[in-house]
Amino acid sequence: MTADLETRRTTTGGRPLQEAVSPQRLLRIGVLGAGHVGPVIARAAVTAGYQVSIATSGDPANIALIAQVLAPGAEPRWAADAVEESDIVVLAIPLHRFATFDPSLVADKIVVDAMNYWPPVDGVQEMFEDRRFGTSEVVAHRLSSSRIVKTLNQIGYHDLEDQRRPVGSPDRRALGVAGDDTAAVDAVAGVIERIGYDAVPLDSLRAGRVLEPGGPVFGVPLRRAEFEAAVRAAPRSPAPAQPFPMTLPTGDPT
Amino acid sequence: MTTAPSDAVRDSEGQATEFPLVLGLDTFGDLSGDADGRPQSHAQTIRNVVEEGVLADQIGVDFFGIGEHHTDDFPMPAADVVLAAIAARTNRIRLGSAVTVLSSDDPIRVFQRYSTLNAISGGRAEVILGRGSSIESFPLFGYDLADYEDLFEEKTSLFAELLKGGPVTWQGKTRAALHDQDVVPHTEYGPFPTWIGVGGSPQSVIRAARLGFSLMLAIIGGSPARFAPFSQLFTQALQQFGQPSLPVGVHSPGHIAATDERPARSSGRGGWSSSARSASLADSPSRPRSPSPSRPGREERSMSGRQKRSPRRSPQT
Repeated sequence: MTADLETRRTTTGGRPLQEAVSPQRLLRIGVLGAGHVGPVIARAAVTAGYQVSIATSGDPANIALIAQVLAPGAEPRWAADAVEESDIVVLAIPLHRFATFDPSLVADKIVVDAMNYWPPVDGVQEMFEDRRFGTSEVVAHRLSSSRIVKTLNQIGYHDLEDQRRPVGSPDRRALGVAGDDTAAVDAVAGVIERIGYDAVPLDSLRAGRVLEPGGPVFGVPLRRAEFEAAVRAAPRSPAPAQPFPMTLPTGDPT
Repeated sequence: MTTAPSDAVRDSEGQATEFPLVLGLDTFGDLSGDADGRPQSHAQTIRNVVEEGVLADQIGVDFFGIGEHHTDDFPMPAADVVLAAIAARTNRIRLGSAVTVLSSDDPIRVFQRYSTLNAISGGRAEVILGRGSSIESFPLFGYDLADYEDLFEEKTSLFAELLKGGPVTWQGKTRAALHDQDVVPHTEYGPFPTWIGVGGSPQSVIRAARLGFSLMLAIIGGSPARFAPFSQLFTQALQQFGQPSLPVGVHSPGHIAATDERPARSSGRGGWSSSARSASLADSPSRPRSPSPSRPGREERSMSGRQKRSPRRSPQT
């Protein structure tokens, strides 16, 4: 169980923040959610040079003004279109809406899980109450056809833009990037690096539990070395005593 | 439409173009402590808040707000009653909720209570509608938090109808329909100012503009400058919906004390003492000020301290 907490250097990151790269060479990013978090991520991604679309469950006309003012350059789309035209989908919806999110919408896609479970604010969600599993493990179980990567959940949405720094800045903040699919983690780590953060890959969603609320790196601005040390010092998550339950608790409409 | 203060600067068509800067304080009614730091009773805490409101009026504060809460730490479920007590002993300061948790309340009752406060205070009542930072009112009044969005959407729309004055005809999913219903007491000087408290959800900003409510930004973390685009979004949304200009308010946590050293030592419970009496006016809510990642200050939080300023004068980066 030690391996899953090992951090490794990303193989795709390290490009300078403002490096001029033709948009064609960059991945396309679709942000699902136009609440607190979605427009902030969209704006950061646009600034980093990505082609970005943003969508909610409804008509893109409803978020046109939000996109125009808060994330200029991000294209408002219907959700299906945003996903279709993206290489990486960022799921930035309130976690309590996840139970009604259609898994087929993001099948076969790399999906960034930027969500957190906040019972005191959002209320208890039965699906995420089994604390043997990280919230992204539950997300991955439900989105079983997608490649889930956990990141962007651990930084305040109001900090995401302010704390971006070019590669090599002494105060460049590190963000954990966790997933079971190494290629997906590397792809997302590249985006994190380009947006302006040091990406610290974690080899599994299970290991990504260290990124959750209450964990040692959650909401804490740490540089890479500090971040890696904090992750190493964190208590190891025991392997679950039993495999993931095949049927999810109530709240799952599927 | 409903919330432009009467002393706003207006253009030749009567459109408000600039709003006065208003400085206010608000409180959650934190359980106070005595001189030795021992917690005082709920009853004494409520009486203390009345005194704070009266003192705020005397020292020139423009607005005093009370955030609805239902907990042992914040025994303040009936802010309107407390505000009424303050109203009876003052004649200048504006008095409002900060916030009223409308989703778990009845819009008609909220309108009635605040139009009653408006009558008692001679037109000094205001309401900030929101969700609040905690969720205890939902189980307490038998609501499901999962219905929050639907409840808030419907109840704010009904509240907007009530504010127009005159008989109300309204239909929704969360309560019985109203047909040509007269709701009393009628307000004396037109609708009282009504705001929607927004913690960071742009869709809540849009809703406030659509319904013609003013915008109160609840800044509880991060750089305040980060919120400037919300003011811009609000202004543009008002234009899109054909609404007149409306003021934008900013809430910021704070702590005022007699000396620079005192705030660091006297935050939270037990901060009340006779020597720091004015300090307690602005006792910041005793909530953790830890960083609040992705899902923090959901929209419509309670607030403590605010400014109203013209959207046109707000920094817009």
